[in-house]
Amino acid sequence: MDLIKPEFGLFFWQTIVFLVLLFLMAKFAWKPILNSVKDREDSINDALASAENARLEMKNLKANNEKLLKEAREERDIMIKEARQIKEKMIADASGEAEIKAKSMIASAQEAIKMEKQAALNEIKTQVASLSIEIAEKVVSKELTSKEDHMKLVDSMLDDVKLN
Amino acid sequence: MILTIAFAMLPLMSFAKKDIAEAEEEFNPTDMIMHHIGDSHGWHFFGSGDSSFTLPLPVILYTDNGLVTFMSSEFHHDTEGHHVVEKNGMRFVNFHEKIYQLEADASEVEFDADHHPLNAEKPLDLSITKNVAAMLLTVVLMLLFFFSLAKHHKKHAHAPKGLNNALEALVLFVRDDIAKPQIGDKKYKKFMPFLLTVFFFIWITNLLGLLPGAANVTGNISVTVSLGLFTLVLIIVNGNSDFWKHTLWMPGIPTFVKPILAVVEVLGLIIKPVALMIRLFANITAGHIIILSLLGLIFILESAGVAGVSVPFALFITVLELLVAFLQAFIFTMLSALFIGMAVQEHEHH
Repeated sequence: MDLIKPEFGLFFWQTIVFLVLLFLMAKFAWKPILNSVKDREDSINDALASAENARLEMKNLKANNEKLLKEAREERDIMIKEARQIKEKMIADASGEAEIKAKSMIASAQEAIKMEKQAALNEIKTQVASLSIEIAEKVVSKELTSKEDHMKLVDSMLDDVKLN
Repeated sequence: MILTIAFAMLPLMSFAKKDIAEAEEEFNPTDMIMHHIGDSHGWHFFGSGDSSFTLPLPVILYTDNGLVTFMSSEFHHDTEGHHVVEKNGMRFVNFHEKIYQLEADASEVEFDADHHPLNAEKPLDLSITKNVAAMLLTVVLMLLFFFSLAKHHKKHAHAPKGLNNALEALVLFVRDDIAKPQIGDKKYKKFMPFLLTVFFFIWITNLLGLLPGAANVTGNISVTVSLGLFTLVLIIVNGNSDFWKHTLWMPGIPTFVKPILAVVEVLGLIIKPVALMIRLFANITAGHIIILSLLGLIFILESAGVAGVSVPFALFITVLELLVAFLQAFIFTMLSALFIGMAVQEHEHH
């Protein structure tokens, strides 16, 4: 039967045509197409990988940032605490010192007052003494007749003193 | 919608026209079908005799006196061996699309009981027949399609649009669903050109074969024998030492079984591509025969009313053939890839 008997002519042409087609397609079509598709797939994969990397990096960065923030916050807290302590200490120190100073000032003032008082008393003593002597002189120099005169004299003398 | 149906009917109508012409003589369905699925020296579209529309194709004969070429139109549509063409002192006739070189005194080829020519011999026929021309058409189409796709890929890095995108999807289908799973990620690259070429060649040729007046290329055993041999050669050339060891001297079985198994394996090696060639040839030819038989019914029963039944059936089969066209291309490529994959596979040493 002709149907299932291969014809050499057609077989020959099919083989030649297919070989030529295979050569042309392999060199000018399949190679550039497959290479370019491969390149595109690679670039897509790379892009995906780098996006994933970027995401991870971002995540790390964020975690880092948070860590830094936390540390900064802790440091700030510590600093505030320290500052507070220093302040309290300074206040305490200052008030202690002031107290001591005040005390010493009071003490020296008291001393000065005491000395002044002593000096005044001494002055008074000398004054009184000199007055007494003066009065005595005058009394002695003036003859006093009566008790009244005495008193008058004393009063006038005292007035003199006051005037001084 | 009506237009679509009318267009889809076109192949059927063209068959019908020819059938009417033949029916005027005595209608012989077997001859009609064999004529349609067989090869011929001219590309006949419609009409009959001298009024027919036929594309003449070159006839190339390798005779004892060297190459002889002339156009098939010189036979004047004669396929009964009546019209004698004289070239370089040799006389040729076309008898049922076979060209015979008549002996000096003969005017018509005569056959003996076994259908051997008595007064003529058959020169080596290397004509560009209808099937060769159709095959060349597929080649032109493939070059056009894929060179344009390659051009896009040379210029741009992004994915193509339109037809090129569809073609690229098919290329990737062959790569990702046929080559990679069957041959393996490491070795598939080497066989991609063959698999892609064979897939698109078979598919496009199958589809072209469904057009009105088209040739039945992939439904011709000569074509599929050639395609099957390509697969066989690839298996033999690329088979690694493991493959040959498993074929010729199977390890791990008793020695007296080994020669028996070697015979079976070598037979299997040959049967694989033979199955490929028969499957493709038979499927495509069967599709054409069914369509032609359904339409032939109209003329066998000599009633136009039968057309109401057989034309929709033939249309249905034609649409089915569209699927078969893809399926056969896929199966041929898939099995070629599978056989090649078996030949290049690295066996794990146990």
